[in-house]
Parts: sequence; structure tokens; C-alpha cells
Amino acid sequence: MPSNKSVSDAPITQFINCRILRDHKIQREDLWVREGKILDPEKLFFDEQGFADQRIDCNNKIIAPGFIDVQINGGYGVDFSQASSDISGGVSLVGKKILEHGVTSFCPTLVTSPPSVYHQVIPQIKVQNGGPHGAGVIGVHLEGPFISEEKRGAHPPKFLRSFKAGGVADLMETYGPLDNVAVVTLAPELENSGPVIQELARRGITVSVGHSMADLSQAEEAVIQGASFITHLFNAMLPFHHRDPGVVGLLTSEKVSQGRRVFYGMIADGIHTHPAALRIAHRAHPTGLVLVTDAVTAMGLPAGRHTLGQQEIDIQGLHAYVAGTNTLSGSIATMDMCVRHFRQATGCSVEDALEAASLRPAELLRLNHRKGTLDFNTDADFVVLDDALVVQETYIAGEQVWKK
Amino acid sequence: MKLIIVNDYDKASEWAAKYIRNRITKFSPGPDKYFTLGLPTGSTPLGCYKKLIEFYKKGEISFQYVKTFNMDEYVGLPRDHPESYHSFMWNNFFKHIDIRAENAHILDGNAADLPQECQAFEDKIKSAGGIELFVGGIGPDGHIAFNEPGSSLVSRTRVKTLAMDTILANARFFDGDLSKVPTMALTVGVGTVMDAREVMILITGAHKAFALYKAIEEGVNHMWTVSAFQQHPQTIFVCDEDATQELRVKTVKYFKGMMHYHNTLVDQ
Repeated sequence: MPSNKSVSDAPITQFINCRILRDHKIQREDLWVREGKILDPEKLFFDEQGFADQRIDCNNKIIAPGFIDVQINGGYGVDFSQASSDISGGVSLVGKKILEHGVTSFCPTLVTSPPSVYHQVIPQIKVQNGGPHGAGVIGVHLEGPFISEEKRGAHPPKFLRSFKAGGVADLMETYGPLDNVAVVTLAPELENSGPVIQELARRGITVSVGHSMADLSQAEEAVIQGASFITHLFNAMLPFHHRDPGVVGLLTSEKVSQGRRVFYGMIADGIHTHPAALRIAHRAHPTGLVLVTDAVTAMGLPAGRHTLGQQEIDIQGLHAYVAGTNTLSGSIATMDMCVRHFRQATGCSVEDALEAASLRPAELLRLNHRKGTLDFNTDADFVVLDDALVVQETYIAGEQVWKK
Repeated sequence: MKLIIVNDYDKASEWAAKYIRNRITKFSPGPDKYFTLGLPTGSTPLGCYKKLIEFYKKGEISFQYVKTFNMDEYVGLPRDHPESYHSFMWNNFFKHIDIRAENAHILDGNAADLPQECQAFEDKIKSAGGIELFVGGIGPDGHIAFNEPGSSLVSRTRVKTLAMDTILANARFFDGDLSKVPTMALTVGVGTVMDAREVMILITGAHKAFALYKAIEEGVNHMWTVSAFQQHPQTIFVCDEDATQELRVKTVKYFKGMMHYHNTLVDQ
């Protein structure tokens, strides 16, 4: 065995002839992997006198950290918010399919639902590592029901709730146990939101401001209480106004103290956000931009008419319409598509585009010590891309889980 | 002694790299017959390393059966510090080629017993059968490895206190902070290098011109330790035009007149 058995005798793979995204730069460097983690080859060489058991030639392709989607409602005919008999089967199906898009971890997202659905669904969406079976589940993203009625978007109004019992009690009553929850989107202008935000933040759950009528000061107060994310910036919030910039104003707020950063989700599918708006946000606050797909049931289905639950939809190109109308029925974007569109629309660097789908969401979820980077000792979750940023291969824990 | 004079730094790097390539190839190393190579750090050999990597990538050379011995290392500097010679060798050479870690020897400046580490290094060289080709560079004061002016010309591998000049010159690599610059190093001795069957010294740039003059046109002198190699049966100095500025015209003409033959040594 090549490696020092006192450290490990697991096989070592060296990806050669590649350009890797590390320290915010695409650089000519090999990538070394052992036991599912990225290995420091210099330490291997000098400390263990080890070498690679296997070398994989990447033909000059780009290796970037695996993508992380923190907002995805379903796809391939599956709706995570439907309390079906096989919830984990649905999550598994989508988790497996999105490997094709370079997604190695995701947060299955539930839109506003009645408490019975939360109580049934949340415990069944288990936090788990990714692998050949599919992308890892970081935790559930609960978008609603504590949101603004005016800005509810497609969320069913009859299930919206307020914090009338004081906040935390409403939260527990509505959702049940929060063990599998990673993100909660709420409207901070709701009365008693303060203690809720604090409690969620205390539990390590990311609080996101969204579907909200909040003005800037309310949004800033939410951040001070512990919120750190904005759900699909520009969508389902007050439009930017120069005397009250609203939630959008958080991007340049001076109330966000040093050392803290507000992140914001962007649906860069070319449909839900105008390219100019994308550019404004990116230029104002480049290191907070998190690409999300916000994909719905129809994502991944072929063009044509589909019956999804009670709804008929038409898929035409990148658009999904309520059948027979011009009403968009949600995003059917895939993460790799969003990365390409974001890059092209903003003219940002390849590094920025890839990090918006990997490093930024990892930082948002405070997972960047093990995901979202190719730093040594982090999880070997990564994508192999060509120069047009088309995903060629996806790896989780150093294992190839999808190949074009 | 051979003196190779080429136009510029790149040409000197290329010449040296080709010479190393040819020496290794002609030696035809194998599992029972390793080629032993002494190696320097610093800015001078960088171009030579780049060329060697290029030759390796083209398949013209392999380091599978090469053992390397580095000249020196700082004392007390963490091994993974970017200025350590371990880091230098890893980043500029080892990670790009097929050398095996167990064949790459660098003095451990963090060893608990430094004199013992130095002795062990000498022993390792000996048990590898001595060094076939020792490649070196020099400082403007004519020092080879950390054998600064006044070092014994029969010195062996040892702990060396660095001259204030050297510490000051190194400060630029340590944020200009003198307190961060290592003050001691482990280094092979002049005698250690003298024991190699062949020595190749790279000297480029006008700032090394006086040292080259001292090395070859004046007598052997411990104040210019590189001059010791006048006594070595197989030494090659590889330099660029700039480095010859302090030499006599006669010297330069004499050696240039032999370039037609010397260049055959680097033909593939």
C-alpha cells in the first residue's frame, strides 16, 4: 500500500490535467481525494510518503465544488409539499435526478401547507449524506406559512398563519419537531416575529426574509434578531423604492454589522428575474448572491401537457404555464442552467458564477467548513464541467455518482 | 572545469535542464540503480525546474528511479510555511513529476536533535552511493547552499547561523519583518558537495558577475566558498552573458570557443 497505514490505508485518487476552483480562482492544480475528503498532497508526500493509487485524467476540464440548492420545491412530477404516501421516495427521486445538474446537496422546500402536512412530511425528509442514490439532504426549507397575505404569491391563502399565540408556540404547533429543518422563510413584519427569529437562529436554523411587505427598518430588525437570508430577491416583496428600499435595501444596509453578511436567493432562469435586476443585485452585493432554482413539480419533465395534482400545465421551452393560459406556474430551471445564465447575464467571472451555486449557499448554511469548497479536508463533493459550464460528471464523497 | 555561456537566463535554464535530462537518461536508472541528484532552491533554478517538468510531461524523462537530496532548509520554520524549502520543492518541482516521496530527501529543520539530523543526512547520501550530480546556485557573495563567506571548505552537513546580510535579504519573504526571518539553517557542507561525482553551478544575472569572477578567475578562498570547485574534477558553471561582465575577455572568448563542443552534451 502506498499510504502510511498509521494514518489510513484507504485508496487515494488523483484527478490530473484539470483546473480547479480554489481560493476564488480557477487554477491549474490536481485534486486529491481519500476517504471521501479532499486531501492535501503535500502533507501526503512529506508526512506519509504516500502517492496516488489511481489517476484520473480530466482532459483539461474544470472541477468546481458541488452545487447546493437551498430552494427546490420538487421536480420530475414530484411535489415535496404533497403529503403523499411515499414522501421519502419522492425526495429520493428528485435527489437522484438533480445529480445531472451538478447538485450534490439540497434543501427540499415546502410551500405554505396546513399543519397536518408539516407534521406528516417533515419527519420523513431525513437529513442524510449524498451518494450514488442521490444528492445529500441538508434539511427542509419551510417557505411559509408565516408570510404576508399580500405577498403570498402562489401560496394558498387559507393556510397562512400569524404568530398570534406569541410566536414560538405557533411555530411548534404548526411545524412540529424542527430536527430536519434547515431554513425557514417568514415575513418579519408579522407581530411577534422577533422571538421566533431568535429561537430559530438559536437552534442553528437559517432564517430567511421573504413573501413579505417589510420596509427596510423591519427587515434590518429581522437581521439583527438573527435572519441571514432573503428568499428570491425582488419576487414576493415590495418593489425597490428610493425612499424606502424595502427588503431589497438589505443588500447595502449599514445596519448589518461588521462580520455579518446577508445572503439573498436569486432565480437566475432568465424568466423570474430580469437580467438587469440580476446585475443590480450582483454588483451591489456580489458575495451574498445564492443561486436557487425554486423549481416546481414540472422541472425535468419533457415539453407538452402534464397533469400535476389538480393542475394541468403546459411546458414550452423554459416556461411552464398553467394549461391554456399565459400564467407561469413556477420555475422549471435546473441549477446548471442558472449558473450559465447568471454568468452570461451579469458578465461575472466563471469563479463568481460557480461560487454562487456552491460556496455562497454553503456559507449561508454555515457548512463551508465541509461543503461548497475544494479546500483540504472538506467533503469531496464536486462537479466536472467543460468551458461552457456544462456538467460532465458529478462526484459525492469522491465517488462518481453521475456521468454525462 | 567547463564554463557554459549562453545568451540569457532562459537559455541557461534550458541548457542546465537538458544536461540533467541527458545525464539521467544515459545513466539508465532502474530499481537497483538509482540516479542520485543534489538540488538547490532559490530563484535561479526555477527556470531549470520548469524545463525539467516540461521534459517529464513530454515523456522524455522520468524521476521514478531518481533520489534527490536538497542542499538546505531553515531551522524552526514550519514545514508547510510557504517559504520553507519543503514547500518550495513541492510547489516548484515534486508535485509536477513522478518522484516518490521516499526518494526525496530534505533536511528537517524541526528535528529534535539537529546535529543528529545532519549526520543522518550525510549517512543517507552515503548509503545511496554518493551523489552523481549536484546542482547548485550561488549568492552574490559567492556562497553555495548556506556556506557563507568564511565557511570551511571541507565542511560537512551542519547547523549554520545565518549572516546578517542573508537575514536582511530574506526579510522580503517574511512580510519585511526581521523577527520572523529564521536565523539558523541546516546546510550541506562545501565538502559534502565536493564529494559529488559532478557539480553543476547555475549563475545568472549581472548581480552575480563579481561572484563568478571570484569563483573562477581568482584563487580558492573560503571567503568565496564557490571557488572551492576549482579543485573538483568535474564542475560545470552555466551562466548567461550578464554574469560574465566581470570576467576577462580572454576567459569569455576561451570558453565561448568551446561551445560548439559543449552544446553536443545537451543534444537529445
